[in-house]
Amino acid sequence: MATEQHTWSRPTSFRSHRTKWLVYLITLGIIGWSLAGLAITPQRFIEGLGYGYELIASMLPPETAESDLARLRDAMIETIAMAMIATVSGIVISIPVAFGAAENLSPRPTYYLSRAIISISRAIDGLIVAIIAVVALGFGPLAGIVAISFKTIGFFSKLLAEDIEDIDMKSVEAIRATGASSLQAMIYGVVPQVVPRFVGLAVYRWDINIRSSTIVGIVGAGGIGVLLNRAYQRYEYDYVAAILIVIIAVVLVAELVSAVVRRRVQ
Amino acid sequence: MASATQTWTRHEGRDRAMRIGFVVVAALTVIGSWIWLAETSNMSLQYVSTAPVQLADLFGRMYPPDWAYLPNVVGPLAETIRIAVIGTIAAVAMAAPVAYITAENTTPNKATYLLGKLIVTVSRSVHVIIWALLFVIMFGPGALAGTVATAVRSVGFLGKLLGEEIEEIDFGQVEGIRATGASPAKLLLYGIVPQIKPALVGISVYRWDINVRAATILGFVGAGGIGVQLFEAIDSFAWRTVSAILIAILGVVLISEGISAYARQKVR
Amino acid sequence: MLQTENLGKVYPTGDKALKDVSVEISGQEVVAMIGPSGAGKSTFVRCINRLTEPTSGKVLLDDRELTTLGTDELRNARRDIGMVFQEYNLVERLTVMENVLSGRLGYVSNWAAFRRKFPPEDVQRAYDLLDLVGLDGMENKRVDELSGGQRQRVGIARAVVQEPKIILADEPTSSLDPETSSDVMRLLTDIAVDRNIPVLINIHEVHLAEEYSDRILGLHDGKLVFDGPTADLTGDAKDVIYKGEEIPDTTSVQTGTEVDPTTDGSSDPIAVRE
Repeated sequence: MATEQHTWSRPTSFRSHRTKWLVYLITLGIIGWSLAGLAITPQRFIEGLGYGYELIASMLPPETAESDLARLRDAMIETIAMAMIATVSGIVISIPVAFGAAENLSPRPTYYLSRAIISISRAIDGLIVAIIAVVALGFGPLAGIVAISFKTIGFFSKLLAEDIEDIDMKSVEAIRATGASSLQAMIYGVVPQVVPRFVGLAVYRWDINIRSSTIVGIVGAGGIGVLLNRAYQRYEYDYVAAILIVIIAVVLVAELVSAVVRRRVQ
Repeated sequence: MASATQTWTRHEGRDRAMRIGFVVVAALTVIGSWIWLAETSNMSLQYVSTAPVQLADLFGRMYPPDWAYLPNVVGPLAETIRIAVIGTIAAVAMAAPVAYITAENTTPNKATYLLGKLIVTVSRSVHVIIWALLFVIMFGPGALAGTVATAVRSVGFLGKLLGEEIEEIDFGQVEGIRATGASPAKLLLYGIVPQIKPALVGISVYRWDINVRAATILGFVGAGGIGVQLFEAIDSFAWRTVSAILIAILGVVLISEGISAYARQKVR
Repeated sequence: MLQTENLGKVYPTGDKALKDVSVEISGQEVVAMIGPSGAGKSTFVRCINRLTEPTSGKVLLDDRELTTLGTDELRNARRDIGMVFQEYNLVERLTVMENVLSGRLGYVSNWAAFRRKFPPEDVQRAYDLLDLVGLDGMENKRVDELSGGQRQRVGIARAVVQEPKIILADEPTSSLDPETSSDVMRLLTDIAVDRNIPVLINIHEVHLAEEYSDRILGLHDGKLVFDGPTADLTGDAKDVIYKGEEIPDTTSVQTGTEVDPTTDGSSDPIAVRE
């Protein structure tokens, strides 16, 4: 090669080194802008840590009075019941949306409509949906179920649609070639290919829904969150602690169940 | 099978029983759930049947969105993004040691490993809104509480994923650098950083994207961001304002999702 | 010149991987170390630059004792020992050039290393070496885009750019196909001659050892059982190395450069015990 080859600089994945530095500069700028805008002073932070100590002291020991624990148990049953129903209703609605959002099976207009539904459901946080549902339907678990079902649609349809897009279309054709109707082709050609993933996804979403249903109560949409919010408003921090412990326990058990079932299915 | 005419079923014996059992248990739980809720709260059937009408009515009142309100959301939306940015950076800083003790190949001993797992579990199983409730008590209402809540909530997620990434490090590559006589600092720079950098950047940006969504609700408990305005609008039944705010949130979330996807694809 | 004196390694599990191995390697000779798997070939090579810490004996590089060096001095000593690995041990997410230049890491500051700023001589040397190993024009490719043979060439370039006093190659051909293996062996022997440095290759393919090396070291069960010119590697000698058989005829094997001190006092250079 040429004699003058003394220099080498690392190639960049950006268009040029200048672009790279520009991107770094912008990133730093955003961080600086964020820090300046939030105006977090160390003093306020340290002060807060002091209150944190007091908070923890007032949480310990967690509330164990029998009547409180009974209310806690009922609220937890309600929470799990909400998650069960929301999972089922969410999935039922998801199925047509998922087929609509599968590029290989769906006509264009249906495809875009389904994708729009999925985007909106995924972009809006569950708690926002819950608070709107509470205003429309009143306080209580119904609002929570509606909110969680709505969130389920975006998640479930998106992943199920991806699985449907991954299926082997040749076997669907083979079923059609035997003279089967479209519905029969669905049942024999498409469904068997997605069922294992479907069950796995359903259980996974159920696990997420258990988590969600523990918090929608904070805006009044039923479940243990209602209890948590009430205890919080009344400064009963020892009861808050008890509720949090139960929430963590239930969330962990749900995660475990979901992991075990998914491993068995696959 | 040994009978005169052969029979055929899709699943046999225990497997079949397991499947049926699973479905029956699931079905009974759902029905039981319905009965429980109907007994204890407003879940009676005729009430439920009016729900779609009420929801449709609500969406009707949201239209058309109050575009004139949009200038008012710029500040709160900026605060939302700021909370996500600083919360994520703080979370990454805190997650680094957590990842180190959560990874089986770098954790000093069993006790530190369990501590790491405990931090990851608690951080991940408590929702950001609950963390926000607690930090509002500590730091008072405002963005500080929201930022801390975002950071604490993200530590578990980042610690877990980065810990898994550390477990994947190929020490052969590190050894190749060590054999040249490189110092520990250079070993880190050339042997380890290139191996974890893509994951570090990718996971952090991904979490930032999640945090932007999460930060939109912090305002419900007074922890700053757009949630404050949204909560007020809903509380005063200003539905056209609500829809304007929701559209603004949708825009910001989609943009941050785009940035996140782009950055993750850039860094390999 | 590299010397080892009674080099031994006992792993924490109690495995005696290396037993009193003494050799001397100098000049521009290509020395192949052969032996069955588990004989301790890798352990021996890795004990030289202390990637594996030896438990007894000495390693001398140009009369400098390496086994007693502190960490800073050991790093300096490693700069003088180039190493080529079986699995290449390249940083896969870095470019070819960065991997080659990493051979110069021992000579630059941390800050320069971070900025990838190496002296122009080093960069020039790296370019020349890439030319030599047949990878010219590939400097900006990432290593994970390369084939096995190309990776091993990068590994060799990284070792040579160190300007080492000796090159150690730990099974450099085991992950490669036969043709590429020959290329790599030829490259290593050429380098020994061109750069006037000795190359110690441990290898399990005997035919490659016979074809490319000047001298053979045979290891069996951690002991040096053969040390002599390649021409002297007879069938009997192979049996000693691979099957651990004793050789009854003491005249059949010629004296190597170093007599194993554990022999029973006879002139037989092959350490036969038990």
